[in-house]
Amino acid sequence: MPTMPTLAATVRRTLTIAAVALAAALAPGVACPAPKLPSALVSDLALGENDARVSAIGALAATGSEAALDLLQALQDGEVQTAGDTVLRVRNGRATDAVTGEAVVPLPPSRDDVVPNNRVRRELAAAIAALKLASPDRATRLAAAQALQSGADEEMLPAIERALAGEQDPAIKALLTLTRATVQLGSPDRAKRIAAIRALADSRDANTRMLLLPLVEKKGAEFAEPDSDLRAEAELSLRAIEGRLATGEMVGRIFSGVSLGSVLLLAALGLAITYGLMGVINMAHGELMMIGAYATYVVQNLFRSQLPGAFDWYLVAAVPAAFAAAALVGMALERSVIRFLYGRPLETLLATWGISLILIQSMRTLFGAQNVQVENPAWMSGGIHLFSNLVLPWNRIVIIGFAAAVVVSIAALLTRTRLGLFVRGVTQNRPMASCLGVPTGRVDTYAFGLGSGIAGLAGCALSQIGNVGPDLGQSYIVDSFMVVVLGGVGQLAGTVYAAMGLGIVNKFLEAWSGAVLAKIAVLVFIIVFIQKRPQGLFALKGRMADG
Amino acid sequence: MNPMPPPQLRTPLAAPPHPVLTRGGWATVTFVAYLLFVLVPALNLLVPEGHAFHLSDYFVTLAAKIMCYAIVALAMDLIWGYTGILSLGHGLFFALGGYMMGMYLMRSIGTEGVYHSQLPDFMVFLDWKAYPWYWSFTDHFAYALLLVVAVPGLLALVFGYFAFRSRIKGVYFSIITQALSYAFMLLFFRNDTGFGGNNGFTDFKRILGYPIATPTTRMALFVATGALLLAAFLLGRAIVTSRLGRVLTAIRDAESRVMFCGYNPLHYKLFIWTLSAVLCGIAGALYVPQVGIINPGEMSPANSIEIAIWTAVGGRGTLVGPILGAFIVNGAKSWFTVAFPEFWLFFLGLLFILVTLFLPQGVIGLLRRGGWRRP
Repeated sequence: MPTMPTLAATVRRTLTIAAVALAAALAPGVACPAPKLPSALVSDLALGENDARVSAIGALAATGSEAALDLLQALQDGEVQTAGDTVLRVRNGRATDAVTGEAVVPLPPSRDDVVPNNRVRRELAAAIAALKLASPDRATRLAAAQALQSGADEEMLPAIERALAGEQDPAIKALLTLTRATVQLGSPDRAKRIAAIRALADSRDANTRMLLLPLVEKKGAEFAEPDSDLRAEAELSLRAIEGRLATGEMVGRIFSGVSLGSVLLLAALGLAITYGLMGVINMAHGELMMIGAYATYVVQNLFRSQLPGAFDWYLVAAVPAAFAAAALVGMALERSVIRFLYGRPLETLLATWGISLILIQSMRTLFGAQNVQVENPAWMSGGIHLFSNLVLPWNRIVIIGFAAAVVVSIAALLTRTRLGLFVRGVTQNRPMASCLGVPTGRVDTYAFGLGSGIAGLAGCALSQIGNVGPDLGQSYIVDSFMVVVLGGVGQLAGTVYAAMGLGIVNKFLEAWSGAVLAKIAVLVFIIVFIQKRPQGLFALKGRMADG
Repeated sequence: MNPMPPPQLRTPLAAPPHPVLTRGGWATVTFVAYLLFVLVPALNLLVPEGHAFHLSDYFVTLAAKIMCYAIVALAMDLIWGYTGILSLGHGLFFALGGYMMGMYLMRSIGTEGVYHSQLPDFMVFLDWKAYPWYWSFTDHFAYALLLVVAVPGLLALVFGYFAFRSRIKGVYFSIITQALSYAFMLLFFRNDTGFGGNNGFTDFKRILGYPIATPTTRMALFVATGALLLAAFLLGRAIVTSRLGRVLTAIRDAESRVMFCGYNPLHYKLFIWTLSAVLCGIAGALYVPQVGIINPGEMSPANSIEIAIWTAVGGRGTLVGPILGAFIVNGAKSWFTVAFPEFWLFFLGLLFILVTLFLPQGVIGLLRRGGWRRP
C-alpha cells in the first residue's frame, strides 16, 4: 500500500513529467548551452526514493537534452552529491549546482554521496543509451542502440521514436525498430501488442524470429500465449519473416556453392592441363598448391618488413610469385623425374606421391609443422551486407573473380598463342608434331610448368580463405581429381562445369545432411556416374577417346 | 563364381602350368615354418629374459605386425603385380577387417570399461542405450570371423563388379578406389556411424577369454599370423602357377587380346580382386588385437599408397618380393621413426621415386639380374 506522502509525490512527479515532455515536444532538438533542468526532477533523482528516482530518470531521458545526459552520466560515474537540499555535481574538488549549472563556492563542508541501487543503475544505463541516440557520432549511436536492446522500457519509447525518426543508418535503425517492438510486445495493451507484431513482419532481421517464437510456442499442453488472436498474428508475421529469410539462405547457399566451386576449379584447372592434356597423373599437385600458398606467405612477410606502407597490395606481388614458385618446382620435377615415366601412368602416380611426401617434409623443415599466418589485406576483409542473415565476404568474391580470370586467361593461352597451339598439337599427335618441328620435349616441360603454376595460383587463393600448412595440399587432392574425372579428360569447359556443379551440389547436400555425409554422397555419386560415362561429362569422341 | 573359363573356351596357353613350388621351394617353406612355429616361440617363451638368445616381446610384436603388412602386400601383388590393376583401396579392406575384429574385441571387454557398462565406452559417452543393429551377434567369435571375411569381400565384389563391368581401368580405377577409401574414412570419422569416431576402438582386454597382453597370447597371435602368411603365400603360388594365373597375367599384358581370345576378363578380375580384399581383411583382423587399436586413420589414402610401395620395393610379379618389401620398408620405418623421425618422409619419398625410376622389378629383380622380363 502506498502511504499518503508517496501518493502525493507520485502526482507531483506525473505533472512534472507531463510538463517536461511538453517542453521537449515544443522545442525539439534545440541545443541550449546550459539549459536549466527542472529542479523537481533533479531533487527526485538525488534525494527521492527508488521509485521516484526511476521515474525521474525516465522523465529526464524523455527530454532528450544534453544537460540531462550530462547529469545522468555524472550520476552513473558517482559524481553527484547532496548538501542538504542542494544537489551538487562534484568533479576534481569543484562543485556546480546540478539545476542551474552555476559554480558553488566554497565547497559545502558536509556532503552525501548519491548511491543508486542495481535497479536504478539499470534504468540509468538504459536512459543514458536513449539519450546518446541523439549523438552525432555513428559509433556512439550504434553502441547506445545495442545497449538499449536489453533494458529498454515503455518510458523510453518517446526517445526511441524520436531517434528512429531522425536516424539514417540502416543498422542502427534495425536495432531500434527491434527494441521498440520488444518494448511494445511487453505492453499490457493488447492493441499495441498486435500493432507491434504486425510491424515486426516487415523486419529483415533474423533476430525478430526469436522475439516472435515464444508467442507461438507451447508450454506443456497450454500455449505460452493465451490470446489466440495474438498467436495468429504472430504466426502470420513469423511466416512472412521466414519467407524472407529463406530467400537469403537460398542465395547464401548458392553463393557458398559457387565459392567452393571456384576453389575446386582453381585446384583442378592445373590438373586439367597436366592430367587432362598431358596424361600425367600428378599426385604432388596438392603440394604445388601448398608451395603457392607458402610463396604468398613469404611475400607477405617481405612486404611487412620492407614495405609496410604498401602491405594492402602485397597480393599483387604474391600472385606472380606463387605462380613462378610452383611453375619452377613443377618444371624441375618434369625434367628430373616425370619425363622418364611418360606412358607409365601407374608408376608416375607412385613417383609423384613420393615427390609429394618430400615436398611436405621440406616445408615442415623450412617453415615448421605448424600452420603459418596469412592475413587478408584490408580491402578483402568485411563483405557485402545483402540480407540481414547474409553477408557475402569480400575474400570469397575476389576468389570467384580470380578463378574466372584464370579460366579465361588459360583458355586464351591454349587457343590463341603459339605455345597453346604447340601444347594441343603435342597432346593430339606427338610424332606428327615432332615431324613438323615442334620441340616436343620442351613443350612438355612448359605445359607441365603451366599446370603447376596454376596450382600455385590456387594455393595463393586458398591462403586467403583457409589455413596454410604443410598438409594443405592433401585435403584437396582427392577433390580435384574428382573434378577432372567428372569433367572429362582434355576439356577445360568440362572442368569448369564439374567444379561448379560439385561445389553447389555439395553445399546443398551439406545443408540437408551435414558436411561429411554430403561429401560421401558426392563421392558415391561420382563413382556411380563413372559407371555410366567412363569418359566424363564431356568426352572426346572417336579415336581421340582411346587414351 | 567359377574362376575357370567355360570348357569350350578353355584353350591351352603356350606353356603347361608350373608346379606350385619346386623342391627347393618346399624346403624353404618348411624351414620358414620351423622358424615361425618352433624357433621364435621357443626363443621368446622358453629362453629366459636377459639371455643372449632371448627374443624380446618388442621384436615379436613388431615381426607379427610386419607379417600382417606382408599379407596385405601379397594381396596387393596378386591384383597389381599379376593382374596389372593398381588398387589404392587396400588400406580400406585392411581397416574394415580390423574393425570387424575390433567389434568382437570391444564386446569382450564386458563391463570392465571406464563406465562399467555393457556398452563400449564411446557409446555410453554418446548416450546410446543399446547396440545398433549391425553390432548384433558380434560377441560371437565365429560370427566376427565371418564378418572379417564377408564385409571386405562383399564390398570388393559389389564395387569391383560395377567398376570392371564398365571397364574402368588403369589410373581411373586407382583414383576411384582412392576416393572410395577416402569416403569410408570420412564416414568412420563420424561419431554417429557407431564405430567410435575419431578414436576408433582401443583398450581391448581379452580375446577368446584369454587376456590379450600376456606373452602366451601374443605368441599365439604371432603363430597365427605366420601360419596365415604361409597359407596366403601357398595360395598365391597355387593361383599364379595355374591356368587362372596365366589368364591374369595375360590380362595385365594385353587385355583386349584376352577378350578377343574368348575370355571374359570381368570374372577373372573380379575373382582376384575379391580374394585380394578378403586377404587384406583377414590381415587387418590379425593386426588389431596385436597393436591394440584401430581408428579411421588406417583408411587414409596415404596408407593405401604405402602398401603399393611395399610391393614395388620387393618386386612386383613375384610372391616372395612383396613379403620382402613389407619387411624392408616397415623395418626401415620403425628404425627411422625412432632414430631420425624428421627424415622418414624424405626417405619414403625417395624410395617411391628411386624404385619407380631405377628398380621397376624391385629388390627381387636386383637379386635375379634380369630373370623376369618387363611386360
